[in-house]
Amino acid sequence: MSRDRPLLPAYGAERPRYWRSLEELHGAGIVAERDSAAELAEAAGLDRRELVKYLGVSFAMAGLTACTRQPAEKIVPYVRQPEEIVPGKPLFFATAMSLSGYATGLLVESHMGRPTKAEGNPLHPASLGATDTFSQAALYDLYDPDRSQSITYLDEIRAWPAFLSAMRLALEKARTKKGEGLRILTETVGSPTLGAQLLALLRELPGARWHQWEPNNRDRVWAGASAAFGQPAETVLRVDRADVILSLDADFLACGPGHLRSVREFSARRRPRDRQRFNRLYAVESTPGVTGACADHRLALRASDVEAFARSVAGLVGAGAAAAAPNDFARAVAEDLKSHRGRSLVVAGDDQPAAIHALAHAINASLGNAGETVLATDPVPVRAESQIDSLRQLVADMDKGQVDTLIILGGNPVFTSPADVGFARAFEKVALRIHLGTHQDETSALCHWHVPEAHFLESWSDARAFDGTASIVQPLIAPLYGGKTAHEVLAALSDQPEFSSHDLVREYWKDKLSGDFETAWRRALHDGVIAGTAFSPKSLPSPKSLPPSSASAPNPEPGAVSLEIRFRPDPTIYDGRFGNNGWLQELPKPISKLTWDNAVMLAPKTAERLSLANEEVVKLEYLGRSIEAPVWILPGHAENAATLHFGYGRTRAGRLGTGVGSNANALRTADAPAGGHGLQIVKTGRTYSLATTQNHDVMEGRALVRSATLEEFERHPKFAHEMAEEPEPDMTMYASYPRNEYAWAMAIDLNACTGCNACVVACQAENNIPFVGKDQVSRGRAMHWLRIDRYYSGSPDNPTTHHQPLPCMQCENAPCELVCPVGATVHSAEGLNDMVYNRCVGTRYCSNNCPYKVRHFNFYHYSTKFRAPSMRMLANPDVTVRWRGVMEKCTYCVQRINEAKITAEKRDRRVRDGEIVTACQQACPAEAIVFGDLADSESRVVRRRSTPVNYSLLGELGTRPRTTYLAEVRNPNPALLAEESKRS
Amino acid sequence: MPQIFHRSTNTISRVSIYGAVFLLAFLGWLFYTLEASPYTTQQNVAREQPVQFSHAHHVGAIGIDCRYCHTSVERAAFAGIPPVKTCMNCHAQIWLQSSYLAPVRDAYRDDRSIEWVRVHDLPDFVYFDHSIHVNKGIGCESCHGRVDEMPLVWQASRLQMGWCLECHRHPEKFIRPKSEVFTMGWAPPEGIDREAYGLALMKAYNLRDRSVLESCSTCHR
Repeated sequence: MSRDRPLLPAYGAERPRYWRSLEELHGAGIVAERDSAAELAEAAGLDRRELVKYLGVSFAMAGLTACTRQPAEKIVPYVRQPEEIVPGKPLFFATAMSLSGYATGLLVESHMGRPTKAEGNPLHPASLGATDTFSQAALYDLYDPDRSQSITYLDEIRAWPAFLSAMRLALEKARTKKGEGLRILTETVGSPTLGAQLLALLRELPGARWHQWEPNNRDRVWAGASAAFGQPAETVLRVDRADVILSLDADFLACGPGHLRSVREFSARRRPRDRQRFNRLYAVESTPGVTGACADHRLALRASDVEAFARSVAGLVGAGAAAAAPNDFARAVAEDLKSHRGRSLVVAGDDQPAAIHALAHAINASLGNAGETVLATDPVPVRAESQIDSLRQLVADMDKGQVDTLIILGGNPVFTSPADVGFARAFEKVALRIHLGTHQDETSALCHWHVPEAHFLESWSDARAFDGTASIVQPLIAPLYGGKTAHEVLAALSDQPEFSSHDLVREYWKDKLSGDFETAWRRALHDGVIAGTAFSPKSLPSPKSLPPSSASAPNPEPGAVSLEIRFRPDPTIYDGRFGNNGWLQELPKPISKLTWDNAVMLAPKTAERLSLANEEVVKLEYLGRSIEAPVWILPGHAENAATLHFGYGRTRAGRLGTGVGSNANALRTADAPAGGHGLQIVKTGRTYSLATTQNHDVMEGRALVRSATLEEFERHPKFAHEMAEEPEPDMTMYASYPRNEYAWAMAIDLNACTGCNACVVACQAENNIPFVGKDQVSRGRAMHWLRIDRYYSGSPDNPTTHHQPLPCMQCENAPCELVCPVGATVHSAEGLNDMVYNRCVGTRYCSNNCPYKVRHFNFYHYSTKFRAPSMRMLANPDVTVRWRGVMEKCTYCVQRINEAKITAEKRDRRVRDGEIVTACQQACPAEAIVFGDLADSESRVVRRRSTPVNYSLLGELGTRPRTTYLAEVRNPNPALLAEESKRS
Repeated sequence: MPQIFHRSTNTISRVSIYGAVFLLAFLGWLFYTLEASPYTTQQNVAREQPVQFSHAHHVGAIGIDCRYCHTSVERAAFAGIPPVKTCMNCHAQIWLQSSYLAPVRDAYRDDRSIEWVRVHDLPDFVYFDHSIHVNKGIGCESCHGRVDEMPLVWQASRLQMGWCLECHRHPEKFIRPKSEVFTMGWAPPEGIDREAYGLALMKAYNLRDRSVLESCSTCHR
């Protein structure tokens, strides 16, 4: 072994310490919950002897189950086979998924009419081929067995014609009063067709009203733009043009319109060898989020203190009056922004008050960024209005008895409306209440009529992306439960009650597509986008004066420590609409790594001051209302502030989502829906166990994540190699595997990864990975083949966050293979570490011997545990569904490799680079994952592996993993770095 | 002290100790034979189908090509079972009154599929692909036998993994020219060395290395 290599990095005196949890940082040791045979026996009420007896019998019985003949199967061919269908070959259809009014273009895989997997549409501006967790998990929602399945009137099943005649009756009544008393409540409407239908209805019935409400709305964005420009406007970010970015509590890399594109553009400019283009991100945030984790500098500030910070930056860059005492951070940011005029970008968070948005517009304008890195267009939603005002107006009118009929088209306002609005109480005064929804939820419980809503994969509709580009939403499957779309319910109110969504959408676009309509329509369906429909950037008047300080800013009791509460949409189940989605519930939340629950997030210091510990249940008292929730201490959270994600605490979500977590909506108020000061935390003395994966699959010590600053990288380009000893390739007692025609490998760029989790859900969807439930997760049995490990470095008050996606390493010298007694895991000729499920007998030796902890065991029959008949349709037919007692793990999507190899070999050529795209790679918006062939010297994976930052995880063990990492390189501001080191 | 055991016990114990070895060997043999026997594999057992369709007539006597019905055999993993429409291409004009064809006509009229009984059924964890086999010179006959002589189709081979590996390890013994893939009863040219001939074809068709063909993930995933 070469002894001349330094074990410690040469550039610094000390190796940075990376930690996963506060327990680990403080050396408390991580006690993973493990159950021994004795515990198991005790739990089953058996003594040891009896247990062994049962084990023996079940072993013998298990052997006997092999002695069955295969049951006879039927083959049921078509009567007339559609031309485009080849059994066994999937088809892909372009469609789009809307969330809060903004679309992401998708290509959805269909196996003989059964949609199984969503991929991003490369032609769509908001996707560029990537997807987020929600669009990956949309398929689960489609087959959710708890979806509402029939039209009901007062809980009795009715037929669609019965509903139509009820609507006609209501309409007749409304007509006599010119629509007076008829109200329609929707979520944010981004569909041009639906917008046109609504506006036509309002023209016909001038007395009727259309209200919009959803909890994660953009009220403050519109108000901010109005304050700055005198009209609401959409802010379109051009992250690719920005050298310096300042985020004011904006999680623009994790959610919001066009976030996938922002991530792509952001990480494309973070290649360490391209120093000139390397951007720098400053993030000011209250709740640690994905954007803050990617930032080169992060400042933890309470949300209410962001305004003062923004004002001082505005003062320093000359966009307003100089602030009293700007801190070092603001000074450094302002200097950096000023030296990048026209190439910098300031982004304000959707949750921040309008004043911050106006400030951001003012700073961008004064730096000359407007029109360069940030564009303004018309708002994408059909009507950009204050939704909270709209909801309040509706509730006031309902209270006064002015509403006879309320039609709720999608959404769940009874659950999502702020507590002080009193929606549910006023709602009961409405004579006729109609709800269109995917589930029989909290709202439908209070409605007369409930109509099952068609999933977007069952519907014809249309939608616009963040830049206005329109897409036609086309169905992949006929509605499973006869669901109806909002278009069809609205049509029932018009004189065309029998019009289908398809007719309505075509009708709308009839005179808007250029050229021959049929050709243009087919092209729009094929491409997934309608060319030339993006909004053109507007030149808006430059904001004249800075907005006055917003009222919510001052601390109510100066001097006293007041706690602030923030309400944010949940990172995995959003506003609660995905509450019954098993994949999203079990997805570890990007920063906290919690599953199946929400919790009050507190900074370590705040928790210490209040003497609170993790999992302690506290009573949150805020403006006269209170709820209970468990505490979760989150490093990097702003001090004296708490975050509670809304979306949990559903009472009628379905078998998975009902009764899970605490309902933050019960604390939210209409005046400050994002939260504010005045939170009191009262101990209850109880504890509640939370299932977090942050301490799962620990790889013990060693340089797992490697990172450096850009400057360090330039001085020591091979820093990643110097951080650990790597044995020479010939340092092995085993014969090396012969290289074959292909040698598959993967390279993961830690610099690009934002930790967004899209790859994790994509892997789950592609590979039929079951979810296991909270109890099993807390035992460390989560099944995700690809997990994202989150590490911190630095002080727990404001640590640097690192993400590391971890699939199977496909080691060339795989420790797992040597210990399998039945040859169930063996090496393939092309370097894959094959897992043969039908051979596995479940000894779990391989998992014990795997240093990366990437193997997952089916302790129970997870694949059928939650499987209603409809869920069987979700499975990918190209991948085996695993049984209880079988080990499973990542195989680099071997089904995709084989498919591509067969296609290539039939044409007598090699597989081309980029032809095989693994599910995780395809989903990744940051292009952090590259898969390819080591034998092809021109392949992207070879090029990546030849960069100096490439390193093998635990390479010192001599496993020679085929998956390698590119170390992280950050670009901190030298001025600020000097300040920080002076202070510490 | 009297003896506890009778003298014959010695013999009995000797016989049973030696016997146990044979018994175990016998049981092992029995298990293996049963496993590979037509009782388990259903090899050579003709299946009753909802329509009395005869491959012997259509392929052997009339000479219809395999691909007329099994259309996706060159393109997809699944060879394809013809839709009712394919039957009706001819039978809308010939044998209009035949009672054998009543289920076909009914299915076509009522728009209801014919439920054929699957004859060749691999386990669900095997991902066999027809297209790559026929594109690399493996004839239909090599696995399916003389379908042109089967009135009702039966499974001609064992279809167990050992049987698959016979060919995956030595394709040269089975490979044939691509032009003869769909030919029934093809034999290599007279007097030629089968193995050398096969190896030449393997080279010409660019067959993968034996180590690739043997890798688990080639068929299991």
